[in-house]
Amino acid sequence: MSWYKRITKGIKTSTKEKKGTPEGLWYKCPSCKKITPSNEHADGMYVCPHCDYHERIGSAEYFKIIFDNNEYAELNPNLSAGDPLNFEDTKKYTDRLADSQKKTELKDAIRTVAGKVDGNDLVVACMDFNFIGGSMGSVVGEKISRAIDFCLKYNIPLMIISKSGGARMMEAAYSLMQMAKTSAKLTLLAEARIPYISLLTDPTTGGVTASFAMLGDLNIGEPESLIAFAGPRVVKETIGKDLPKGFQRAEFVLEHGFLDKIIHRKDLKIKLSQLLVMFKN
Amino acid sequence: MTYLDFEKPIAELIEQQEKMKQAAAKSGVDISKTLQELDEKIVEQRTKVYKNLTPWQRVQASRHPERPYTLAYIEAITEGNFMELHGDRTVKDDKAMVGGFGSVNGQTVMFIGQQKGTNTKTRQYRNFGMPNPEGYRKALRLMKLAEKFNKPVVTFIDTPGAYPGLEAEERGQGEAIARNLFEMAKLRVPIICIIIGEGASGGALGIGVGDRVLMLENTWYSVISPESCSSILWRSWDFKEKAAIGLKLTADDMMGQKLIDGIIREPIGGAHTSPAEMFSIVKTEILSHIAELKQMKPDERIKQRIDKFCSMGVVVED
Repeated sequence: MSWYKRITKGIKTSTKEKKGTPEGLWYKCPSCKKITPSNEHADGMYVCPHCDYHERIGSAEYFKIIFDNNEYAELNPNLSAGDPLNFEDTKKYTDRLADSQKKTELKDAIRTVAGKVDGNDLVVACMDFNFIGGSMGSVVGEKISRAIDFCLKYNIPLMIISKSGGARMMEAAYSLMQMAKTSAKLTLLAEARIPYISLLTDPTTGGVTASFAMLGDLNIGEPESLIAFAGPRVVKETIGKDLPKGFQRAEFVLEHGFLDKIIHRKDLKIKLSQLLVMFKN
Repeated sequence: MTYLDFEKPIAELIEQQEKMKQAAAKSGVDISKTLQELDEKIVEQRTKVYKNLTPWQRVQASRHPERPYTLAYIEAITEGNFMELHGDRTVKDDKAMVGGFGSVNGQTVMFIGQQKGTNTKTRQYRNFGMPNPEGYRKALRLMKLAEKFNKPVVTFIDTPGAYPGLEAEERGQGEAIARNLFEMAKLRVPIICIIIGEGASGGALGIGVGDRVLMLENTWYSVISPESCSSILWRSWDFKEKAAIGLKLTADDMMGQKLIDGIIREPIGGAHTSPAEMFSIVKTEILSHIAELKQMKPDERIKQRIDKFCSMGVVVED
């Protein structure tokens, strides 16, 4: 039995001799718990090859999936948030912004770019959930607004990829009014008969759902994304009962009539270019 | 009468006055002069208390149980010349959202607003002023009706939020609010939105996109209630006063941020101390804004409305 007994306490291997494990060589799917090599997972557009679980990804990843040769031009890249209310909770809003900017190397929770999808022009506004939960403050509203101006000027269709916890509390009513701002601006796009495709990804909730995300000429969901106005925890507290399985998931939202389609990430580009051509011809 | 904590000094004076009246009735002594003095004191105290409310107290005042609600405003302003209309033509009639044609000095106006109840039974009936999607769709149907017959729209906003229930989610609460924002932005008739109590988030904004957005003095309007803000950001309910300050949600704050177009003053001591006076002030405001907005062409009005909302926000450009 002494085989299994540790004779001397502690780890005696010197630091030099230790073999390092490189970071992130493997991806463990949070849904099916199966393991995939990270590079394979990335090549598969961050979709689990075993269970099709769509991992949350950022704007850079979406742009790579959508645009020809990963080529695109960023619009208004130099906009960042002010702190009009001098907001402070457990942390100063300015510090929170600075930390997020450092951590994510992004300016705010959305990037707007113009590029080509199988040769078709498209402007894409894509939210980044890593930046304060993809929350919508003045920058998100302004960037969408200016992206729409760009679409109007050059007659290019718009796609907004939503991924957000909702309005950003630290900008209070300014955030709230971004709902009205983006929706009002979308009326101009509609008037000009320029297509607007809304892609709702995991998660799309709160003020984002209650404004531009639900206003697409086409509302498209990624498989199993949470799409809600009030989040599941709030609904559960309100009704005091457990929620039905699949509640507020893309499939559920489609069944209730609020999505046109659910598109697998691997088919996104091909379906998108198909749609763009259909709108055009 | 119900008195809020900060109204205690007022309550004490009123109580004192009542006692004196009773005593005088018994003894037959003439105390009219003292009573008048007390009246003045009460007014003075009310002015003092309501001038110095903290943002959190302002939130409490907006929820004062005796504060008038939407239907009371409509009934008074139209002098009973109001025809309530029901239903969204799809699912049902939402009791938390009311609306219909009313006549104000001979001018037909479409009134719409969230409605709260005045006792336990009616509060439940009105779902505490929290509309379901069909409420927003009913509001939109009525706005479209107004547009068709070229009648101005007046909305009264007073809600703790859109209802976060299971069926509300199934029927697309988010879509219903979004649709209203979109349609209101381009509605061809004048829209005046008045926050008469609580203006909580998307549930308020869902009938809040207008040519004029006005707040009564003792109301609040923000992205979230101070309680929920406290619970999310501080993970505790104890920071609601701090959240109320931080959110800058009072009428003065909102005016300073250029997010509303005007503040409507309330009678001394708040709307609940003199509802009749409150209704008359609001009526005057509505009439003057309608007259102003009618001067403009629809396209001009819509452009101004859209431009106004599109200018909201603070960004830094390097």
